Amino acid sequence: MTMSEGDLAVAQIKFVRQTTLEQQPPPKSMHGPIGWLLTNLLSSPFNIILTILIALFLAWIIPGLVNFLLIDAVWTGADRDACREVVQNRTIGACWPFAWERLAYFTYGSYPIEERWRVDLFFGMLAIGVFWILWLQAPRRDLAAYYCFIVLPVCSYILLSGFETIGLRHVDTVLWGGVLVTIVVSAVGIVVSLPIGILLALGRRSDMPTVKLFSVLFIEFVRGVPLVTVLFMASVMLPLFVPEQYSPDKLLRALVGIAMFASAYMAEVVRAGLQAIPKGQFEGAMAVGLGYWQMMRLIVLPQALKITIPNIVNTYIGLFKDTTLVFIVGIFDLLHTIEVSRIDPKWATPVTSTTGYAVAGIFYLVFCYAMSRYARATEARLAKSERR
Amino acid sequence: MSIDLRTGSPPARVPFYNDPKVRSIAYQVALCAVIVFLVYGAASNAIDNLKKANIASGFGFWNQTAGFDISQSMIAYSNLSTYGRAFWVGLCNTLLVAAIGIIFATILGFIIGIARLSKNWLVNKAASGYVETIRNIPLLLQLLFWYNAVLKALPDFRDSLSIPGGAFLNNRGLFLPEPIPQTGFSFAVMAFCAGIVVSTGYHIWARKRQEKTGQQAPVFLVSLGLIVGVPLIVFLAAGLPLGFDYPRAGKFNMAGGIEILPEFAALLFGLSIYTAAFIAEVVRAGIRAVSHGQTEAAYSLGLRAQPTLRLVVVPQAMRVIIPPLTSQYLNLTKNSTLAVAIGYPDLVQIFTGTVLNQTGQAVEVVAITMAVYLTISLATSLLMNFYNSRIALVER
Repeated sequence: MTMSEGDLAVAQIKFVRQTTLEQQPPPKSMHGPIGWLLTNLLSSPFNIILTILIALFLAWIIPGLVNFLLIDAVWTGADRDACREVVQNRTIGACWPFAWERLAYFTYGSYPIEERWRVDLFFGMLAIGVFWILWLQAPRRDLAAYYCFIVLPVCSYILLSGFETIGLRHVDTVLWGGVLVTIVVSAVGIVVSLPIGILLALGRRSDMPTVKLFSVLFIEFVRGVPLVTVLFMASVMLPLFVPEQYSPDKLLRALVGIAMFASAYMAEVVRAGLQAIPKGQFEGAMAVGLGYWQMMRLIVLPQALKITIPNIVNTYIGLFKDTTLVFIVGIFDLLHTIEVSRIDPKWATPVTSTTGYAVAGIFYLVFCYAMSRYARATEARLAKSERR
Repeated sequence: MSIDLRTGSPPARVPFYNDPKVRSIAYQVALCAVIVFLVYGAASNAIDNLKKANIASGFGFWNQTAGFDISQSMIAYSNLSTYGRAFWVGLCNTLLVAAIGIIFATILGFIIGIARLSKNWLVNKAASGYVETIRNIPLLLQLLFWYNAVLKALPDFRDSLSIPGGAFLNNRGLFLPEPIPQTGFSFAVMAFCAGIVVSTGYHIWARKRQEKTGQQAPVFLVSLGLIVGVPLIVFLAAGLPLGFDYPRAGKFNMAGGIEILPEFAALLFGLSIYTAAFIAEVVRAGIRAVSHGQTEAAYSLGLRAQPTLRLVVVPQAMRVIIPPLTSQYLNLTKNSTLAVAIGYPDLVQIFTGTVLNQTGQAVEVVAITMAVYLTISLATSLLMNFYNSRIALVER
């Protein structure tokens, strides 16, 4: 049978279609907004119930929040009468004039007003350091680490605490407060914990038994007890351990406690990174004749720290939140300034406490969320560079 | 002595200070010397300072009269009791809030963790909104919010909010009816205990039979009947032998019933809600760690969705979930020390707070407190190591 005969035979069969059908759009229920609703919200009776419950819950909580923070909120006023329902005769939300009046106190604590430019300068220098080290396309990033870990701490200390010879008046740390203290405590924790944490992690993996023993003891001890007790230890025991005339001030004691705590946690994070480096890297470094510190500095740590960046940032988020605990040993961090302000009789209203906590909540939420986004972006970038 | 292959002469002698062994010993001796010096310095300074401040040392204070009151105690305590007694009261309070907090946080955390994996868009987004918000706000701030802005802002006890069932809520706490067992109630308790024993036996028998014959037994239904059903029938048959002492508003305070302090409630809320966000992440990671091939393999063997989840996915997910879950439990216990900020009488508040202030014996008091938490942590990690070695994957 030739080709043409076959074709003819097929053509003669009436019920075989000769042309391809036009492509049909998918059913209405599969695409578009309705399809999205059906697949994502209403796919089964159980899901329908869940959707309704969650929608009801959100309908209760979101308007409540918006009303409190924006619609019912009081925006102007001079004292508590502006935020009292009895006086204003309406539902009152957040009392923003209270937060506005206390903003300087929340930021600087009792730092002398004429010296506050020093704090602003410190914030500016810190912001430069943070952008320099985090922004990948920044020029001369090799200098950023020296800036952040050496120049910045020294300059900040001179700037904030004062240095009489160059005309900066001494400001006692009991006057420091608010965001300034929160930032100082977390910055000290961050700057100190990384190098000490690396040393402890190396010590824990060391071949020398005593070095290993002391590292393990320190790390496990500090990680086994709550931060509150570490801070209590620093604030009541540290003054006993040094001669009376060198007794550290309150802020320094808390900083020592925070630094110890953060170092122990950082050590475990770095150790996890070190464990992920294949043994061949160590052996390769030794084979080309590098000593221990050269091997660590040039070969192992750059790789180990790179893969630990997301975990390091996550530890910093935890540390940033944990700085609120210095409140318990009497340091005036942001939360403490809010606690003091919210019981001020000038602003005594039923909404003052909630307003104060809302300010603190937004502050921490913004900073921690930004850090966690950065950690996630870094993780994604590292995953991309690993892909072949 | 080894011979250098290139020249045939013995190798150049390495100076002794370049010998790794000698160096290692030198470093270790130096480290020990520094630490001994620091410890010695600290100890001698501490002795000096304590002598100057006229503070006693040693643990003699343990048996002295405490002389302060504690707002909540599970064991008998009055202000005539000793400091040692106060320590146990604090420890019990810490363990109580930690235990209840762990139960609530686990339930909430598992619900939210599973919700984050839901295909339902709204459920998924609501759950991740919860996790992102709660994780990024410090716990101390949340505790202060619950205590000062929510519970302390409740109405006075004269206009308490009444909750159906005879409970009252006001700014002095939550007042619940107190159950008072009457004669015959012990029969129901005995039936309950017997139910647990019998159903455990039944469970073992059913498992053995299934291993031998492959036949399954309705273990869950039988256990439910034995543990819940039988005691309930006994309870009804004995004529409902349980009375309630309802709380009522007295002249100066509420009278009767069980009082739950607002400090306790705030701490419990705060800890459970905060830890649940972390547990949710642990659960989500654990379930996602079970590869999809496992589910598909179970389906192809003919298991239905429910047994697949129960017999294949959950046991493998638990292997990943349990170690980080335990460390979250430990975190919750350690975070319960924040009670000191809102005045719940936990170990730190009583001991490192009041006892330390009264006796001034900082070293001993802080050491005892730390030892307690260290013991809890080490015991938990020992248990975890044991558990991990038991469930570790047995590979070829």
